[in-house]
Order: sequence, then C-alpha cells, then structure tokens
Amino acid sequence: MRRMTYAQAIEDALAQAMAADERVVVFGEDVHALRMNLYARFGKRRVRPTPISESAFLGAAVGAAMAGLRPVAELVMIDFVTVASDALINHAAKVEAFSGGRWRVPMVVRAGCGGGYGDGGQHEQALWGWLAHIPGLTVVVPSTPADAGGLLTAAIADDGPVVFLEHQLLADDWLEYLGSGGRTTITYDVPAEGREGEVPDRWHPIPLGTAAVRRPGTDVTIVGVGVGIHRAAAAAETLSRDGISASVLDLRSVAPLDREAVVRDVGRTGRLLVVDEDYRDFGLAGELAATLLEAGLTVRYARVAVEGTIPFDPARERQALPNVERIAAAARALM
Amino acid sequence: MAPDRVALYAKMLTCRRLEEAIAELWQQGRISGEMHLGIGEEGINVGVLDHLGDGDAVALDHRGTAGMLLRGVDMAAIVKECMGTVDGLCGGMGGHMHLYSKDHLAASSGIVGAAGPAACGFALAHQHLRPGKVAVAFFGEGAMNQGMLMEALNLAAVWELPVLFVCRDNGLAITTPSAWVTSGDLEERARGLGVPGGSVNGTDVEAVWRATREMIDRARRGRGPSFLHASCMRPEGHFLGDPLIRMARSPVAETKTRLGELLSATTSSDGASVTQRAASLGKITAMLGRAARTRLGHAHDPVRRMRTRLTIPSDDLATLEREVELAVANAVEDALRSAPAAGGEVLS
Repeated sequence: MRRMTYAQAIEDALAQAMAADERVVVFGEDVHALRMNLYARFGKRRVRPTPISESAFLGAAVGAAMAGLRPVAELVMIDFVTVASDALINHAAKVEAFSGGRWRVPMVVRAGCGGGYGDGGQHEQALWGWLAHIPGLTVVVPSTPADAGGLLTAAIADDGPVVFLEHQLLADDWLEYLGSGGRTTITYDVPAEGREGEVPDRWHPIPLGTAAVRRPGTDVTIVGVGVGIHRAAAAAETLSRDGISASVLDLRSVAPLDREAVVRDVGRTGRLLVVDEDYRDFGLAGELAATLLEAGLTVRYARVAVEGTIPFDPARERQALPNVERIAAAARALM
Repeated sequence: MAPDRVALYAKMLTCRRLEEAIAELWQQGRISGEMHLGIGEEGINVGVLDHLGDGDAVALDHRGTAGMLLRGVDMAAIVKECMGTVDGLCGGMGGHMHLYSKDHLAASSGIVGAAGPAACGFALAHQHLRPGKVAVAFFGEGAMNQGMLMEALNLAAVWELPVLFVCRDNGLAITTPSAWVTSGDLEERARGLGVPGGSVNGTDVEAVWRATREMIDRARRGRGPSFLHASCMRPEGHFLGDPLIRMARSPVAETKTRLGELLSATTSSDGASVTQRAASLGKITAMLGRAARTRLGHAHDPVRRMRTRLTIPSDDLATLEREVELAVANAVEDALRSAPAAGGEVLS
C-alpha cells in the first residue's frame, strides 16, 4: 500500500492509464500547468492545453472518442459544463442509442465540483443529479483517494461517456488553486479521510455503480456521495453517543445507481436519510425515495441537501451545504 | 475634445487603491475563495467607462470590482460584498465574481464570455426603451475563443445593437499563453463578424478614452456595435495567488514539493520520447520565465504613466491622492465593522 492525497491518486491512476494505452489523451484549459507532471512525461501531443472553448473541446472529445481515441477532457469546474452541455447531453449520451448500439463514446470528463471554499453559487455546484438525469451518461463522485484512483481507472476503461467529479474540498490541488492560493491565513473544513489515505500499489478498476458501506449501523441508513459521506460519518459518530446506530452508504456513482445496496441497507434499518450536496428538488434525493417505493419498502425518509443558490458568505455557505449538525438533527428527527 | 486628465487619474488611482485594499483583505484571509482583480487594467476600465452616463449598461466578467466602482456603486458596498457581509452590494450572496447593481444596470458573471450576450440584451432593451443609451461588455482575450461571445458579436452586428465590446488583452488565457490557443487577429475576427473596431495600448488611458469616444458615439447614433482591443499587463496574473506567479517569484518555497514529482514524472519509463519530454520541460521553463517578468513597471502601469503627464501643482496632486486614500480607507474600515467577528459568527 501507498499513501496519497486525493489529487495524487487521480494523477497517478491517469498516468498509469496513459502509460498503458497510447489512445488515452488529456486536454482542457491550462492542463500544461495544472497537470505539469503529465505534460512533462507524456508530451504536448497527449497533454494539450485548450482555448477557453468548452463547447469546441468537449464536442471534439466526443468525436475523438468515436474515432478511436480515449480522451480525458478537463472542464476545470462542472459549473462550466453548462457552456458545453450540448456535447454531453445531445451527443456523448446519445450516440450509442442512435447507432443502435453499434458506436460507443469512450470518453471521460474530469471536473471539479462542490463547495465549502468560498467561490459562490456559480463555481461550487454539484450538478450530478442533473447530469445523471440524462440516459447514457455515467456520473462518478469519489470520496476517498483509493476510490478516486480506482474509479478513474474504471472510467477510462469504460466504453461510454463518464463524468468524473472531483470534489474541490477533497482534491488538494484544486483547493490550493481555488481556495487558498498560497495563503496560510485561511482554512477550510476539509475531511481528513477524504483528502489523504492509503491506495493500492497498482490501480485496479472499481466497478462503476457499486456502493460501499462506510459504516455499518442498524437504526438509520445515511446515503450520499463525495464530501457528504464524510459529513455523514461525522454525524454518525455524534449520533452513536446518543445511542443511535447509523449506517453510512457511499454510492460512489450517481449513475449507475446501486439501487440494490440502498434497498438492502434501508430494508434493514427502516430509515433513509439522504445527504446530497446537489440541489434538493428533482434530484438524487428524490430518486432514492422512488427507488424504495418501487421496491415496495415503506420507510421513514428525510433529506439534507442544498435548497437554493449557494451563498458566497462563508457562514451562510456552510449552512446551505449539508453539514454535520443538519445531518445529525435530521437523523434524530427520523427516530 | 480632450479628456480631463486629473479626473482620469483620480478614477484610476481610486480603482488601484480599492483593489490593493481588497487584495490585502484577501491576503489576511478575510475573503474566501478566488480573487480576480483588475490591477494593471485601470487605463482600459477608466478610459472606457468615463464615457458612460445614467441609463447606460455594463456587462462585466469575473473581474468586475473596478467596473462597478466606476459606474458609481458605493465603495464600501463593494468591499463588503467581497467579504460576504449581509450589508454588501448583493447581501453577501454573490461575492466578487457576481456583483450586481440593478440601479446602475451593471451585472457581472464568473462564466467566461457571458458578458457578450448580456450586453446584447441590455442594448436590445435600450433600442426599445432607452434610445441613445449604450451597453458595454468587458472580457479578456481568452473569452474571444468562447462561442457565445462570437455569437454575440454577430448578433450585435445584424441587429445593429448599441454595444461596445471591450477586450482586455494581457496575453494569458487563465495561465495559458494566448498565442498557444488563439489563432488569427482578434480585431480582424470581430470585423469578420461585422463589428468594426480598433486596437489601443490599454496602459495609455487617454488613448483608450479617445478610441472609445468615437465608438460610443457611433453606438448612441444607432450605427451599431464596435470592438475595442486593448492591451494590458496584470502583475498578479489570472488571480491572486496565481500558481505560476508564485512559482516564478518564490521558486524555492513554491517548487520544492512540485519539483520532485516533476522530475520523477519526466524520468519515469513509459511516456513520450526524450525529445518530446525536453520540449515539455522547455515550455514549462519558458512559462515560468514569463511569469517572473510579469511586473508592473512604469511603462505598463497606466496609473503611473498618467501621473507623470499631470501638470497640476504638486500640492494639489498630493491632496487628491490623500483624498483617494482616505476614501478607500474609510470604505475598508466600514466593511471591517460589519465583517464576521473572530470565530466566524456573523454580527447582526
């Protein structure tokens, strides 16, 4: 085993994939600087900085993937996918269906996501529910370094389009770039287990669409992805002192959604609490409720999610994002 | 008609001092997240916005603090918004990238290129509701590769919208040299879309002022949009704490962790040929060298350039500068009074 940060794990897994397969190419804004190590090792043909032209380079990723490459396109932040959503929603996600299953689009879109470092509501969105809504897209949200590397390995090996979302609080490179900018005068509430941890010596794919039980429990199942998992684990710790045993289930990908794992765990506990850093309405939280209803389960249900545009003010930002206090309070209310 | 040099200088100095004060607050950790300032581009902001009056509209990008100030937004409200307090310009909801003032028809956006379509919409409303009024869009040269801005240029031309498109060119698209990612000539590109324009040295506020005057006049007379391409040098790069600038200025402190990884990446097996790796390292070195040279010397500093042209008595100049500094200091003091207390609790 090795120890790595979340960002190092992603870069290491990407380097492993690039070394193994010449068809894996990286492009995106500033990648020669942001991915300096890959640029130095693999050269400018395989690590290309792009103009600030998301619709052109994401659209080109679709075409390149159709024509034999396995592009890993970097969007900087998932908020910027809105500028290029046509490439993903109308093309990457549709080609397989339109071609009668004869043509697939093996591409990965890497993007930072998520809040807690003070950039406000146009740079901190999650948007995974919005993307997962589109048939044909895989949406991955790792919460630990080991998952980040293993899931990226699977994403690159996958023959369809995968959106790979790196939480900006967990990815130390993003947090340094966007949040601190070399300052030691500011701190952010970064979950330590997500930022750095043990990773395998060599990356093996973690199957997409498999949830992981982070903490077993009997009274309530807390389900989420990304930073939400670490907030949920901290809340579970608090709840255990009150005699409430919470299970924490990390979905790891929003699409495919591991419905079986959710049904299994909630079937035992009888209570579901969804922790979602994405918008509350019409998203993952509602989808999980539908999943239980379709499985014939009648359970107690609550959701802690983002209810409006994320405020810039750090104090209100913290309240808007699912935090430990909100999660613990919602779990207690379910008892 | 000649510009009022003293007035232009006072406006530029106010922008500079305000943004320096914001930078200090950011360095102190009183502002979270990124911080994009317009230090070095005051000549463009002032030279253009000096022509605007009541009823005119402005679409700003992520670098909008100076633009807001120059349209008459209260200085303390801007500082407070940067700090996220409830009495900030937008109640602390937007932060520096999302400054809005409905009263001034001034809006910003953190999405590159978004100022183009927004200005077209403002101008369309002017055509219907406020004939003779104009809309100005500010963006960087990096945004010239954004589809929505190219579409906006065409739209403005075919609808003969009263828009001035202002491209502030510091030669870097985020941290990528624009020459690597931008083909052709920007002025020609705009002209190809039917928007005539001109290029100007953006560090010369009088030159910007003169170039803009005709373009704004043209728009007011219903003759359609123009494109102003203005060069500038921003000493802080893309944003405060720009990693390239940091690496270039404090190479030992900033690169000691990166260097090991970079060396091991460069020498590891499986990868590009030795020639290609050497080319990559050469580009990285050139990039850092360029960042090291990014300093606001006299020739690139619009504020200092204008100051040397002033002919007013030195006592008057000193008074003016003291007044500017006092105004900024008062605004900062006001903002600090409404800032969160230690421990992160918001005073209400």
